[in-house]
Amino acid sequence: MNIVVCVKYVPDATADRHFEQDNTVDRVGVDGLLSELDEYAVEQALQIKEKIGGEAADHTVTALCVGPEKAVDAVRKSLQMGADRAVHVLDEAIAGSDAVATSLVLAKAVQKIGEDRPIDLIVCGMASTDASMSVVPAMLAERLNLPQVTLASVVEVQGDQVRIKRDNEGSTEVIGATMPIVLSVTDQTGEARYPSFKGIMATKKKPLETFSLADLGIEADQVGLSVAWSQVEDTTARPPRTAGEVVTDENGSGAVALADFLASKKFI
Amino acid sequence: MSEVLVVIDHADGVVKKPTYELLTIARRLGEPSAVFFGAADQADEVASLVKAYGAEKIYVIDDTELKGYLVAPKAEALQQLAEKTAAAGGVAAILIPSSFEGKEVAARLAIKIGSGLITDAVDVQEGPVTTQSVFAGNFTVTAKVTQGTPIITVKPNAAAPEEAAGAGVVETFTPTISDGAKTAQIIATQPRQATGRPELTEAAIVVSGGRGTGGNFEPIEKFADSLGAAVGASRAAVDSGWMPHAFQVGQTGKTVSPQLYVANGISGAIQHRAGMQTSKTIVAVNKDNEAPIFELVDFGVVGDLHSVLPAATEEIVKRKA
Ligand SMILES: Cc1cc2nc3c(=O)[nH]c(=O)nc-3n(C[C@H](O)[C@H](O)[C@H](O)COP(=O)(O)OP(=O)(O)OC[C@H]3O[C@@H](n4cnc5c(N)ncnc54)[C@H](O)[C@@H]3O)c2cc1C
Ligand SMILES: Nc1ncnc2c1ncn2[C@@H]1O[C@H](COP(=O)(O)O)[C@@H](O)[C@H]1O
Repeated sequence: MNIVVCVKYVPDATADRHFEQDNTVDRVGVDGLLSELDEYAVEQALQIKEKIGGEAADHTVTALCVGPEKAVDAVRKSLQMGADRAVHVLDEAIAGSDAVATSLVLAKAVQKIGEDRPIDLIVCGMASTDASMSVVPAMLAERLNLPQVTLASVVEVQGDQVRIKRDNEGSTEVIGATMPIVLSVTDQTGEARYPSFKGIMATKKKPLETFSLADLGIEADQVGLSVAWSQVEDTTARPPRTAGEVVTDENGSGAVALADFLASKKFI
Repeated sequence: MSEVLVVIDHADGVVKKPTYELLTIARRLGEPSAVFFGAADQADEVASLVKAYGAEKIYVIDDTELKGYLVAPKAEALQQLAEKTAAAGGVAAILIPSSFEGKEVAARLAIKIGSGLITDAVDVQEGPVTTQSVFAGNFTVTAKVTQGTPIITVKPNAAAPEEAAGAGVVETFTPTISDGAKTAQIIATQPRQATGRPELTEAAIVVSGGRGTGGNFEPIEKFADSLGAAVGASRAAVDSGWMPHAFQVGQTGKTVSPQLYVANGISGAIQHRAGMQTSKTIVAVNKDNEAPIFELVDFGVVGDLHSVLPAATEEIVKRKA
């Protein structure tokens, strides 16, 4: 089985995230890492490979990342977790791309990775922790003309059949499709593994390729900030919430104070 | 004036409140045309409802053939409808409810019709200029679509629904769905039990419980009911199996922005904040006076939720009587 897992390099959510002068997300001046939600995608890709068993050489998990130079960290982490090879699409022209352009780059990269052997499965995270649009997997499916099976909380693969469970607005659903497909998985699929010492040591021997836009046959003017189909006009930091009154409950005083507060705000 | 296509949010013909919010927004941008994916025999009932919020037209797309599949057929149908409408007089924008499904339909549609997409708008004004809340609610961003027909997914509570009589002309639209769109099949659906409480993302008041409940959500639910609130949960409570995932508030759950959010036995981790930080008023009950949630609150009680909440519930019921 030939699996591609899409991993994004994102600013650390626990650090100070902010915008650049041109209103794009600062991805260079802040600490970044492999998007936590994409670790679940790597985990599922590895589990699927492990469950199929057979000759290890017959199954490949390729980590694919579109991002700036530092994004190689995300790529490397995926390799450390157990991916077999990695592709980093790196090109200055990509900076500032929106989801539409990112999905184009990802689609072309998937096609190139699949030149030698067709891709069976593309695994994505449920959302990137910075943009959190949850649209790239659907766009990728649209561009590659593949079925999309998204937001899985449980994934099962049997032969060329994929079945997932997912929580919808008012129900739980079972979705099925025949590979090749685009799959996205949620954090409900189960904890992602930590890189083992062996995994970290093995990384040095694993192939890590870097593609440019030219390698993918994409013109520089098809991507990037200047051609984005949507444009940010303005960004404002939300004024920090000023901490309000905090009372300590003593023999029921907290409940009365709480009711008083709710009444003062007309909630009762 | 150009039409604004508004996808109706409904469950089995029961129109949900975000539909009226979207129609209210649509009137700022052009002439609202509501799009109903559903059973043809429910169309008249639905039409009479959306008409009262300004729908000039209602396009009825019978979904018997589509609903067994994931989003792809809906995206195809909207593409064909948008193309037809564009030819007839223009489409000013396409507004879709910002559920996961809505966002995926919008994503595929954007690629199909070569148009820019903005997701999770919390406000849309003339232009259309959208407002979004990003980075766990720490930044507010205004943006515009610069290519094609603006496709915007809009969050619940983005506008106060305003009634306005529309012509409400019902028109059946029959799209041609390709076999390629019918490849991801819904094999089974298990509806969740109705709780009788308001929908989490639409509710004016949300009362949530975390690990601090110790698995007993009764004080949370009773307190919620005294305020007519929806119930939510932290991931810790969901992971412990105390509440279904559908109730999770946060980065990987629902984002809520109610008038009042009450966090009980919840520490206030960044991933939880991401789902509730933009609430108008925030209240917390937590026995640890150093819990980070207290940094956000308008009002907080340091105490044991198992005694504070039942007493507060009693107090509220008494005052309401
Ligand atoms: C990728 C990722 C995604 C995540 N997504 C989400 C998400 O969507 N939503 C989410 O909520 N979390 C999410 N998390 C988890 C998040 O990091 C926290 O672990 C979680 O929010 C903690 O839940 P909690 O506050 O209920 O539990 P804790 O952090 O354990 O806090 C429990 C609190 O209860 C208080 N308490 C205990 N007993 C009582 C009592 N009797 N009375 C009053 N107070 C009491 C304690 O003082 C403490 O502050 C995510 C994490 C990751 C890594
Ligand atoms: N730049 C990128 N490189 C690799 N994968 C990406 C990138 N952007 C998005 N993805 C994938 O698409 C998923 C959803 O992203 P988004 O639509 O931005 O929320 C992520 O979890 C990733 O799997």
